[in-house]
Amino acid sequence: MSKQVVEKLKGKFGNLVLDTVEHRGETSIRVERAEIVAVCTFLRDDCSYNFLSDLCGVDYLGRTPRFEVVYNMYNLTNKTRLRVKVDVDGHDPRVDTVSGVWSTANWHERECWDLLGIAFNNHPDLRRILMPVDWQGHPLRKDYPLQGPDREPYQGRLS
Amino acid sequence: MGIEQTKTLGNGFVTTSLDKLVNWSRAKSLWPMTFGLACCAIEMMATGAARFDLDRMGVLFRASPRQADVIIIAGTVTKKMLPVIKTVYEQMPEPRYVIAMGACASSGGIFDTYSVVQGIDEALPVDVYIPGCPPRPEGLLYGLMKLQEKIMKERNSFGAAIGVGEVVNEA
Amino acid sequence: MATETMTINMGPQHPSTHGVLQLILELDGEIVVKATPHIGFLHRGTEKLSEHRTYHQVIPLTDRLDYLAPMSNNLGYVLAVEKLLGITDKIPERANTIRVIMTELTRLKSHLVWLATHALDIGAMTVFLYCFREREEITDIYEKVSGARMTSNYFRVGGLSADLPDGLEAEIRAFAESMFGHLETYEGLLTGNKIWQKRTIGVGYISGPDAIDIGLSGAALRGSGVDWDLRRDASYCNYAEFDFEVPVREEGDTFARYKVRLDEMRQAARIILQALDKLKPGPILADCPQVCLPPKKDVVNTIEGLIHHFKIVSEGFKPEKGEVYVGIEAPKGELGYYLVSDGSAHPYRMKIRPPSFVNLQALPQMVEGVLLADVIATIGTLDIVLGEIDR
Repeated sequence: MSKQVVEKLKGKFGNLVLDTVEHRGETSIRVERAEIVAVCTFLRDDCSYNFLSDLCGVDYLGRTPRFEVVYNMYNLTNKTRLRVKVDVDGHDPRVDTVSGVWSTANWHERECWDLLGIAFNNHPDLRRILMPVDWQGHPLRKDYPLQGPDREPYQGRLS
Repeated sequence: MGIEQTKTLGNGFVTTSLDKLVNWSRAKSLWPMTFGLACCAIEMMATGAARFDLDRMGVLFRASPRQADVIIIAGTVTKKMLPVIKTVYEQMPEPRYVIAMGACASSGGIFDTYSVVQGIDEALPVDVYIPGCPPRPEGLLYGLMKLQEKIMKERNSFGAAIGVGEVVNEA
Repeated sequence: MATETMTINMGPQHPSTHGVLQLILELDGEIVVKATPHIGFLHRGTEKLSEHRTYHQVIPLTDRLDYLAPMSNNLGYVLAVEKLLGITDKIPERANTIRVIMTELTRLKSHLVWLATHALDIGAMTVFLYCFREREEITDIYEKVSGARMTSNYFRVGGLSADLPDGLEAEIRAFAESMFGHLETYEGLLTGNKIWQKRTIGVGYISGPDAIDIGLSGAALRGSGVDWDLRRDASYCNYAEFDFEVPVREEGDTFARYKVRLDEMRQAARIILQALDKLKPGPILADCPQVCLPPKKDVVNTIEGLIHHFKIVSEGFKPEKGEVYVGIEAPKGELGYYLVSDGSAHPYRMKIRPPSFVNLQALPQMVEGVLLADVIATIGTLDIVLGEIDR
């Protein structure tokens, strides 16, 4: 089932699909960042992935491109899952928003901005959601200390 | 150590009996403010429910700080929530007490992270700490009983109530 | 004469907001023009903390997410790690059946608290005391099985941490059978009650397509006519072997969601009884020495047992590089865990997809144009838990 979706996607978007990975029964497709809205609209309308389960960012510090935004989606009629990933570089991380495709992406993208610092172009309301409004820094980045910038790191053994 | 002149009504038989009366009435009808933040709030609700009834101890949960004696900080205190707690605490009329319920309120608990205040005693004067994650309802009841004992030991409460001097805490 | 809207603040300390939620409401008289939720008052940094802990050490952190349904969170995480390791087929039958029993008991626990607080907000105080009385019986079962009333930390990667003690099956069976009678009591108190009907019928309406678009899941979605349940459609553990119905209603208002959750409680009791019938003696941990702790007699008698125990406890196991997303049907909706492993003993990234976070997003559009009192009913019907929203 997912193979057909990958074929359809490659057929429509060709060189925008960078690679496909199958691991533990799940399909992940890596796509070019520039056309993510078109890809998501195609997946929602033609392949019926009408439920966006999750949208998150991952920080791969030490690798270029540094960030990755992951879209986990679900097809309610065929009951299959699909994962779409885009690479975002570390200097001025920006992606187009998909809150026009699935409205649920709104708060997920706000959280991504708040905790990782990945900005979303044309987002209706991009501001911090979990941290206080005047917080400096993006806590979930790998170079942000766990205890915060104002406290000593934990000195003991954890395990 | 010099002698601190705290004005009190004295230690006579009548005054200490009046103090005991005031202490007794305060301790046996503690009205906490509902300040459940996280998981400990559910155990607080379970303590107030049918099995471990809190009402038999005179405890009635009030939603407004103006009508409460004690604030039970039940749950994790984050930096975003701290100004709210301070505002609510300042609105409580004296005499007021603070119970830190659970590991998170006492010391930050298992959340040693960037956004958690490591113990509410960084901002408020805590009277009783109740350990546990979450503490059993019996633990909360024991903590309330300890607070009642602490209140019973106060001196010059009648004096403070009529405006002569301050309450003296011997503990 | 000019009129203006009034902006008032509700929360974060409020008896009816089910936690530390702040709502900024713009009111035109009593009618809500706009509602903006502000969250983050309970953000504890669970996701970042999990990057510094081994896979086993993260299990107690997951307990505290949706603290009303702790074993469900444990289950989702443990299933995700097992999928990452590729050992999902090796979980023994008894472990899967007990997982189903405990998860359905957790569903009952969560829905009982939902009913208690929802009814309390609307004004029915007796239901609060009745539901908490039933909940105490479930916490007794939790305590006998895992040692803690609420934050159980019971499931392990590969199975369970301990087997059911003697006599517990009879207690669970007696409880599940009594649950049908209790549900009749609650229905008798609420369903035909004119006040309840006036407060809940037509309140907080959302249509099916809107609900899918905004990402609603769980009972909130099924109350709007969308027939979707992950236990049946993307089955995990051995849910496929049980016979249960998925209640769906078309109206999309608070009353529909209330009826859906009550029916879910009935189905949960049915599943528990079926699972108890299926329970057979057997091992409770998968046979994967690298991942699961060996039995104690092997640890003290054989050298391999000792080495495995030491390595698993001190260093933790190391899954191979990869990523998984596992979604389960938690009582509040679809609880998803997205785990990325880089080959070390700590998860590289754990993203939790909380159902209440996404359900709360639907609140502003559900309360536009309703009265202030209906906002309280709508928050109650969405069944949100701030521990999960803020993580």
